[in-house]
Amino acid sequence: MGLSGAANVKIHEYQGKQIFARYGVPIPKGYPAFTVDEAEANAKKLIEETRVPIVVVKAQIHAGGRGKGGGVKLAKSTEQARAVAQSILGMQLITHQTGPDGQKVRRLYVEQGLDIAREFYLGAVIDRDKRRIAFMASTEGGVEIEKVAEEMPEKILTIHIDPAVGLAAYQARKLAYGLGLQNYGKETVAKFTKTLHALHTLFVKEDCSLCEINPLIVTKTGDIVALDAKLNFDDNAEYRHPEWKDLADHDEEDPVELEAKAAGLSYVSLDGNIGCLVNGAGLAMATMDIIKHVGGDQGVAPANFLDVGGGANQEQVTKAFSMILRSPKVKAIFVNIFGGIMKCDVIASGVVAAAKGLGLSVPLVVRLEGTNVDLGRKILNDSGLAIQAASTMADGAAKIVAAVSASA
Amino acid sequence: MSILVNQDTRVVVQGITGNTGAFHTRQMIEYGTKIVAGCTPGRGGEKFDGKVPVFDTVEQAIRATDANTSVIFVPPPGAADAILEGFDAGLGLVICITEGIPVIDMIRVRKVLEGLTGKTRLVGPNCPGVITPGSCKIGIMPGHIHKVGHIGVVSRSGTLTYEAVGQLSALGIGQSTCVGIGGDPVGGMDFVDVLELFQADPDTHGVVMIGEIGGGAEERGALYIKEKMTKPVAGFIAGTTAPPGKRMGHAGAIIAGGKGTAGEKIKALEAAGVRVAPTPSDMASTLLAMMQK
Repeated sequence: MGLSGAANVKIHEYQGKQIFARYGVPIPKGYPAFTVDEAEANAKKLIEETRVPIVVVKAQIHAGGRGKGGGVKLAKSTEQARAVAQSILGMQLITHQTGPDGQKVRRLYVEQGLDIAREFYLGAVIDRDKRRIAFMASTEGGVEIEKVAEEMPEKILTIHIDPAVGLAAYQARKLAYGLGLQNYGKETVAKFTKTLHALHTLFVKEDCSLCEINPLIVTKTGDIVALDAKLNFDDNAEYRHPEWKDLADHDEEDPVELEAKAAGLSYVSLDGNIGCLVNGAGLAMATMDIIKHVGGDQGVAPANFLDVGGGANQEQVTKAFSMILRSPKVKAIFVNIFGGIMKCDVIASGVVAAAKGLGLSVPLVVRLEGTNVDLGRKILNDSGLAIQAASTMADGAAKIVAAVSASA
Repeated sequence: MSILVNQDTRVVVQGITGNTGAFHTRQMIEYGTKIVAGCTPGRGGEKFDGKVPVFDTVEQAIRATDANTSVIFVPPPGAADAILEGFDAGLGLVICITEGIPVIDMIRVRKVLEGLTGKTRLVGPNCPGVITPGSCKIGIMPGHIHKVGHIGVVSRSGTLTYEAVGQLSALGIGQSTCVGIGGDPVGGMDFVDVLELFQADPDTHGVVMIGEIGGGAEERGALYIKEKMTKPVAGFIAGTTAPPGKRMGHAGAIIAGGKGTAGEKIKALEAAGVRVAPTPSDMASTLLAMMQK
């Protein structure tokens, strides 16, 4: 089953839980904190409200696996909560999803502690092969679900939602009984199915691409509670969700990728040394592939994925080229354009404007093909810039690899 | 012969009065495509560029002009609805160019499409369209790079399709029909659907199939090729070097949970007898080498 989300807008756990609460998905009591003082005050408030001296202090970063990385800690008093908050806030939290450098913790969530009878996994995604929303549940909660899927796929129960019908009651029961919830009483089964319906409504209305609760728990009193909340949104639906702007946490995102997004460009930072400017996602990926194919064994690799899109104007091209030029890791630049709607002369003018404005300090290889190609080539030739023209993708890749190897 | 579109295809352009729709309508007319109508709600009765009649609904357009195919340039908030209108009006083929339709909307569209059991086909969304060189161009691809001939091209990526076509034409190899099926996670025709048509088309002698990371459409295509296809197929999968979990422009091009990697897809295609081009610069030459054997 090829499960895959669409492009994602990510939010924090505490924001996800606020949305859960709006739809009637049960969550523990909790409050976000941006300082140690706030965390301490929240802990005090929670202990007073619940009359139980147990709180959990949780690092709020967009990556999963926070508990294992030391970003989730129990505290049994207000003082302990303060100490724990002190240790987590500002730490560089490393998990299996953050990469080796980790992510700096800037926000905390302080939550009531609950008596857990059993942990489960519950998730919803778009199953692109079935063209349906899929809900998955497992008795193996609280652990890395990717591992469960790989090692014990039979432990994951899946239902697919017919968009014309919505979540059917029998499907919700199928998961409830499949998880063995009847062992905790009839009411627990009913609470679970109600939660599932709430989640399905939320998933559709909020345009989610992913909704994951790991763990979803049954408490010792038989209640169903979402102990975690991971929500990603389909960024194609941004136009009908103006509230997403306020949920965004720019500290969690690559500043260059943000800048690109603001300019209407699709940009992903990578680890290599060749800056790439390409039109179209497929061609951009293929350009990365051919650079690695030709130069991989000489340590040459793409520094970025950059798709200027089909209909970019000269300003966008200039912007894109400037972003690449500014990156210190870029040792050479490969512009690969097959113009359809995108006209070669527009690309050429944008590249020339950026190179003249910022100064071209690294080798530049340009491959132009398609609409207005002759005009585009003339603009490059007349620019006086040191540009190597390439006739094909393969020729361009060979030239860019040679250029980097020569300058190394 | 060709698949999906030919010189008799009568096209209604949904969203003909918008910037993109207008620009590409002119390009299509210039190529020789029979654009018989346009549809923009509220603009019925007008004439686009003084010659193409504009209607308020697709149904009216069909009644007046016998259009049998539509192409959609409607912006994302109205695009899924435009597709449904095309289905309901009874068109045989709906081609949706629009990029950026929410996936929840496409899940609903897909459900309706499945209920039509083949009466209507959907190509896209987020695709360059369909072209039968020399006869009919429906979409946004540059017409002049194509050449009349016998190779079918099917691809999830727009510019990579142009790349393959450019390579084929440069080697003197023409194309029967080129179909961009689009890069979104949920859409219309799949590799299998297009490959079936190419297999049945006597004028198509070989196929270039271009996939990319994410999902299982390439693997399903491979299975079809293995079991049913007698014509030579050359392939390419983009995204061999894409890091897992990162979105690469197309909403569809993301590797999730270790599934849908380029490696898995290439393995499935090769097991089906597809020769996979080692680089994107070798798509046409790889097919040529197969066909000269």
